[in-house]
This record gives sequence, C-alpha cells and structure tokens, in this order.
Amino acid sequence: MGPLIPNDIISHEWSYIIAILIGLAFGYIMEASGFSSSRKLAGVFYGYDFVVLKVFFTAALVSVIGILYMDYLGYLDFNSLYVHPTFLWGAIIGGAIMGIGFVSGGFCPGTSLCAVAIGKIDAMVFVGGILIGIFIFSELISFFEPIYSGYYFGNVTLVDSLGISPYWFVFIFTIIAIIAFIVVDIIRKKNKKIFYN
Amino acid sequence: MKAEKKQNKHIYWNPYFGGFLLGILIIFTFYMTGRGLGATGAMKSSVVATVDTISHTHAEGNSYYSKFINKDESVLNNWLVFETIGILLGAFISGSLAGRIGLRTQHSPKITSRRRLVFALIGGVLFGLGSQIARGCTSGAALSGMAVLSTGGFITMLSIFGTGFLAAYFFRKNWI
Repeated sequence: MGPLIPNDIISHEWSYIIAILIGLAFGYIMEASGFSSSRKLAGVFYGYDFVVLKVFFTAALVSVIGILYMDYLGYLDFNSLYVHPTFLWGAIIGGAIMGIGFVSGGFCPGTSLCAVAIGKIDAMVFVGGILIGIFIFSELISFFEPIYSGYYFGNVTLVDSLGISPYWFVFIFTIIAIIAFIVVDIIRKKNKKIFYN
Repeated sequence: MKAEKKQNKHIYWNPYFGGFLLGILIIFTFYMTGRGLGATGAMKSSVVATVDTISHTHAEGNSYYSKFINKDESVLNNWLVFETIGILLGAFISGSLAGRIGLRTQHSPKITSRRRLVFALIGGVLFGLGSQIARGCTSGAALSGMAVLSTGGFITMLSIFGTGFLAAYFFRKNWI
C-alpha cells in the first residue's frame, strides 16, 4: 500500500531519480500550459486570461478526487500522507505578501523556474528576488518568529476544521469550480482582449 | 505584419488538459513519496548553503538556517533540489519543442523593460518572504496542500489569490 517510498516498497535509493522525473513532468506540464509567460499568468487578475485558475483548480480537483479514490480502494493510506500544517496567521499574512508579489512580479516560484529555463530575463530577476526574500526572512527570524510558529493548529485537514465529510466537500468544491470555469469564460469574453507574445 | 500581431498564437495546451495531467502527477507524487510538489524549497536550500559556505558560525547561530544544516550531508542533498533540477529540464524540453527558447524580457508595450525588471525584483522579494512565513508557496502550500484537503493549504491559496485581486488595481499599468 502507498505511499511507496516511505513504506519501503520502493527503496530510498530511487528517491532522487524519481524526484528528477517528477520535476521533469512538472516543468513540462507548466511550460506547455503557458506558465512561462508572466503576461498570461497575470491575466487572471485582470480578466483577460484565466489559464492559472483553470489549470490550478482542475489539478486540485483531479488530485484530491484521485487520492480519495486510491484511499477508498486501499492503494494509498490517506492518513500517512504529509498534510501541510496550519499556522493560521502565517498562512494569511504569508499568503497576502505572496499575492502582492504575484501581481507585481507576474510569476510564482514554480512558474518563474519554467520561465528561467526558456530564457526569460524578468524571471531570472524574479528568482534572484526570491533568494533575497528568503535571506531577509532568515536574518530577521526573531522578528517573524511569532507569526511563523504561532497560531498552530497542527496538520489539520478541512475534515477536522469544518467537520464535513471529505466526499461532500469534494462534491461541493467540484460544483463551485465548474461554475467558476463557466463564469470566467463569460468575463473573458466581455473584457478587451490583451495581445502579447 | 500588423494583422499577425493582433493574435496570440495558440500554441499552449488546453488548460483543462494541463490541469488534468498536473493532477495525475500530484497523485503520483503522493503515491510515491507521501508528500506533494514544491518549488521554493530548493531556493531555500540554496540560500542556506550559500550562507553556510560564507560563514558557518553565522548559519549555526541563526535559529532558522540551523534547522536545515546537517553535519553529515549537504543542505543541497535534498529531494526538492533534485525535483527543481527536473523542473528546469522539463520546462526547457517543452520550450525547445515549441520554439520558445530565447533570452528576452517580456513586458507590456506600455512600460519599459527596466520597469518590468524592477517590479519583477520586488515581486520576487515579496514572494520569497511570504513563502517562508506561510511555510510554502503556490506549489508546496496551496496546490499540494489542497490535494490532501489541508486547511492551511486552502487558507494560503485564498490569501494569495484574494490579495492578488485586491492589489491588482495598483499594478494595472504593468499589465493592461
């Protein structure tokens, strides 16, 4: 039963090879979907291109449905998967800073790596900025410590936080996503087209 | 020429197809490793490794760097570093096949490339800072978090995009 590497079904020596292969697929999918173009990515905030929203929500839905299915069929133990921990204000404040960074820079870290790989100079500057940002955070760790490690709720899922069945949540989330996909297409048609290369 | 310029080349994948494959990849990643994808992790490792090389005592004395330093092996000997090498390779292959490789600064015709680079730098610094506060970026916290219904992952996702929409007005000259 999965996960395979932590359960020693595939030996740890394979870990880094699998890492490169997974990264390869990740980079390929992002680049082929247009994530190496900052002007395409920023479209989501101005209503002229919703590729970010479509790819992001489709991926989130497919992955959560697939993981729940594999858990249900007994191929994968949901409870042994790593759940990103919840530090309430860290998530809110960190997310807000990243949101401003996204509109300012036009990339997020994963997409900027794709753009670096195809030679975008703005993406190289963006990655340089990320390194500086991480350095600033590390040097000022005592200042950020209260929000970094405070308001800790553990590795909780929405099932714990909202007391909702995962299947019902995924069902509602799917309906919301489908409505969003339809609405954004209407918005995009109403907006002035933006041309870029 | 002008007529040609008035159309974006439809050379990218259908977004639902891309999203579907990305979803399958996330399932595969969790099935193999029990964890999700990431993008900032390798950049953090690079910063820690650089600081550690320049001044080991400084890195040891800092409560953040010292968390990631291991006496026996390099900070860069890390799953996410290898994954990131893969991202660069994969994007390069896709870009090569589609003929998108080339050194250039992409920006709106209404702004100079210098302005684009300044805002890219500011954006990068903010993203670097925010990703550490939230313990992950759009890939590690939001996308991989949402795949396992992590509450923190959903909050981070809502916060990134919510703030993005609120701040969009102030940056509109750069994009539209």
